[in-house]
Amino acid sequence: MSTATAINNTPRVLCDVQDLVDDSGVVALHDGRQIALFYLPKGRDRQSGPEVFAIANHDPFSKANVIGRGIVGDKDGEPVVASPIYKQHFRLTDGVCLEDDRVRLDTFNVRIEGERVVID
Amino acid sequence: MQHLTTHEAAIQQDKKQLVIIGNGMVGHHCVEQLIERGATQHYQIHVFGDERHRAYDRVHLSEYFSGKDADALALGEADLHATHGVSLHLGVRITRIDRDRGEIITADGRLPYDSLIIATGSYPFVPPIPGPEVSEHPQARLVYRTLDDLDAIRYHAANARRGVVIGGGLLGLEAANALKSLGLEAHVVEFAPRLMPVQLDDQGGTALRERIEALGVGVHTDCATEAIVAKPDGEYAYRMNFQDGEHLDTDLVLFSAGIRPQDGLARDCGLEIGERGGIVIDETCRTSDPEIFAIGECALWNGQIFGLVAPGYTMARTVAGCLTDVCEPFSGADMSTKLKLLGVDVGSIGDAFATTEGAKSYRWIDEAGSGYRRLVVSSDGKKALGAILVGDNSYYDTLLQYVQNGIDLPEDPAALILPQSEGGALMLGADALPDTAMVCSCHNVTKGAVCRAVDEGCADIAALKIETKASTGCGGCAALLKQVFEHELESRGMEVDKSLCEHFQYTRQELYALVRVEEITSFDELLEKHGHGLGCDICKPTIGSILATCWNQPIMDPQNVALQDTNDTFMANMQKNGTYSVMPRVAGGEITPDKLVALGEVAKKYDLYTKITGGQRIDLFGAELHELPDIWEELINAGFETGHAYGKSLRTVKSCVGNTWCRYGVQDSVAMALELEHRYKGLRTPHKVKMGVSGCTRECAEAQGKDIGVIATEAGWNLYVCGNGGMRPRHAELFATDIDSATLIRTIDRFLMFYVRTADKLQRTSVWRESLEGGLDFLKEVVIDDSLGLGDELERQMHHIVETYECEWANALKDPEKLKRFRTFVNDNSSDPDIINVTERDQPRPARADEIESLAVEIR
Repeated sequence: MSTATAINNTPRVLCDVQDLVDDSGVVALHDGRQIALFYLPKGRDRQSGPEVFAIANHDPFSKANVIGRGIVGDKDGEPVVASPIYKQHFRLTDGVCLEDDRVRLDTFNVRIEGERVVID
Repeated sequence: MQHLTTHEAAIQQDKKQLVIIGNGMVGHHCVEQLIERGATQHYQIHVFGDERHRAYDRVHLSEYFSGKDADALALGEADLHATHGVSLHLGVRITRIDRDRGEIITADGRLPYDSLIIATGSYPFVPPIPGPEVSEHPQARLVYRTLDDLDAIRYHAANARRGVVIGGGLLGLEAANALKSLGLEAHVVEFAPRLMPVQLDDQGGTALRERIEALGVGVHTDCATEAIVAKPDGEYAYRMNFQDGEHLDTDLVLFSAGIRPQDGLARDCGLEIGERGGIVIDETCRTSDPEIFAIGECALWNGQIFGLVAPGYTMARTVAGCLTDVCEPFSGADMSTKLKLLGVDVGSIGDAFATTEGAKSYRWIDEAGSGYRRLVVSSDGKKALGAILVGDNSYYDTLLQYVQNGIDLPEDPAALILPQSEGGALMLGADALPDTAMVCSCHNVTKGAVCRAVDEGCADIAALKIETKASTGCGGCAALLKQVFEHELESRGMEVDKSLCEHFQYTRQELYALVRVEEITSFDELLEKHGHGLGCDICKPTIGSILATCWNQPIMDPQNVALQDTNDTFMANMQKNGTYSVMPRVAGGEITPDKLVALGEVAKKYDLYTKITGGQRIDLFGAELHELPDIWEELINAGFETGHAYGKSLRTVKSCVGNTWCRYGVQDSVAMALELEHRYKGLRTPHKVKMGVSGCTRECAEAQGKDIGVIATEAGWNLYVCGNGGMRPRHAELFATDIDSATLIRTIDRFLMFYVRTADKLQRTSVWRESLEGGLDFLKEVVIDDSLGLGDELERQMHHIVETYECEWANALKDPEKLKRFRTFVNDNSSDPDIINVTERDQPRPARADEIESLAVEIR
């Protein structure tokens, strides 16, 4: 069941842009990894155009797979997501936890190609 | 011996017996202090009060006629005595103290004491003026001291048009206020040439008189009453004849001509009594018998009776200290007072009459506006000695600090009493006060104590009040306390930044107003106009809630969805392993068997853990994200709707079965609970709101522990507000009595909308109430009396919410776009492989880390 995906027509495509949610997160499965995808339609400065960020969905503090369901925003201009369980903030650009910089979530290189979201 | 009766049974042999005679404000404070200092370990404490009520606030007695009932005036927690094993005997009069045997005697028997505290207070002095027989004409000789006195006044006022108070002092003016609030034409008759002769000089008395006359109260000074004569056929029931030949007709006469110490028991048992009454005490508050203490208005210290509550409290602390750890000697008390009499500010500080040798005065007199201020300074002009204020007490705190702490006066002392528009009213900054400066004299809280509380983490005024008790006595120091508190925060670099977060330099309340006034309907629009950045997990949910309250758009609409906490986003409650619990509405806790079966079937089908909640609902745990729409489809088909358990909104209205089944019920509490729950469901509030409805005073629904509590009465409903369970329980306070259903709903409409409008983010009604500067009275004025003229607007806003209600789950299920988000993975239909359950007590629960490890071993 885990490999029967509808849109996996090339190995690099994660999902459609249509699957993303504005200013919020969704989760994609890629080679057994859970990847949280955050979509800022206007970009991190609210003017430079669409941007998508990808970091690990696993929350090391609660040990649950929930990062993709956190609230997206910024701290001092840096785009972040807040864990929905214990509210730690993780930087979207490099996965570093602002409350404890020894903790870092894996990040992934993703970009938008036409109607698709692809991963390198 | 017949004396071994009821009281004897209560004696614990291993403890010393401590008896307190008197359960007034001072006696009660003494009990609180004894408990706080651990006296109950060594003493068994018995308190006797001859009134039938719990101890109550006599300082604010006149509020009994402006809405407060005996409960609202009561002091401290109702269960204080029971909790700490103190025996409270109400309505029991002590007839004699037997010092030889060390026993007190009541009508029921005797009780031995090792130590005895007399706190019997005082009684009103009624001068021997000839008049009609009291038994037949009680309304010609009323007094004003106890709740029973007030009930008598109310009774006799019912058929009266005019009432006269004999005595123009502090209590006399309070009494006149009481008559006025009962709708009578009130007059004050004072023997001295001016009002409040103890506190005010002639000019002060004149200013006060003018202000009070302007309120329609008749003032007669220099006026001695010779006789009161019944006039059975007259327009009024009595005629008062004055020494100067004048007269005044009236329907009732109220005496408030001073107090006399209640020293009869002490006198009878041979304790030393002052020449003009009062039980003589030393600096440890001991009487001439070292085992007997006397405190409050019955005690005479250094030839002085203290007729104010603060010195009584100080004596209570002295005694509590003597009986436990450290005895701090009583060394007299400051008689400075700040009052609002008939709405007029009056203040008197220290040596108000300049009796100190060489003292000089500055005076500011406003004949047009009837204002008066006097500052008394030392002969060298360097120190303030006293002051008098009439009309504006905003000068009081600063002047008091100058006098009490001997602070050097500024170059031009007159500036301290000049109007602010003339560059006057130099506020003494909180930093100028020494640590020993008294902030709250009722509870003996110094600036130093406030500083320590801040050091220990008190971060708001409400917490500070709980920690230090400051400003919970007469409340006169509220402004000063706030000033000191804010100064202390600032000096620690903890400046109280009221901004919501880094993206909005506004408070929640300000943002609410902006959204309303500018009719802003989306987060982006508000961010564009009044904020910056992307927002964050603080401002997004807060503004999401504000938008929902104001415009009631579905929270799943595209412009709102990214604002919500995960619980609101997925309309379920996230648990620690990332799964959700699902809780449909079971309004009032009433559920049909069919619905119970349906809930059970859904839980079984999706393998959910089920538990009954404290709010009379059933919670289904362990649903994964992608299962939520299917589960809700089935629940909605079975007739359920969303329960908003995930939202900062109305959760449940708990109810008992009421008079439909219960033999004690007096109203249909279930029907009322249903009406309330269906009316307010879906309203987004600053924090969650819980309600309860009980069908009788037995209060099975625990309504007094809710934000809104409704208790049925024979005549209608009593409404309680701002209660709270949880971490810091708070009893709800009585807000309105015996109101009909329509009034009840209108009142709750206004109350809730005012809360939504003025509360801070994530502030429960209980904390919000503590933070309101005018307290419960202010809230009543706004909600019940509509003092701000907001009533219609608040009701209109609530009607909008009620009329536009829609079940959020039903709305989401209709829209495939909204359902797209309910996928564990956007590119795969599988479940989260890391969610592993084990079975316990026949139900699933998340596996613990150690269980997951052993499972992994088995699989390998």
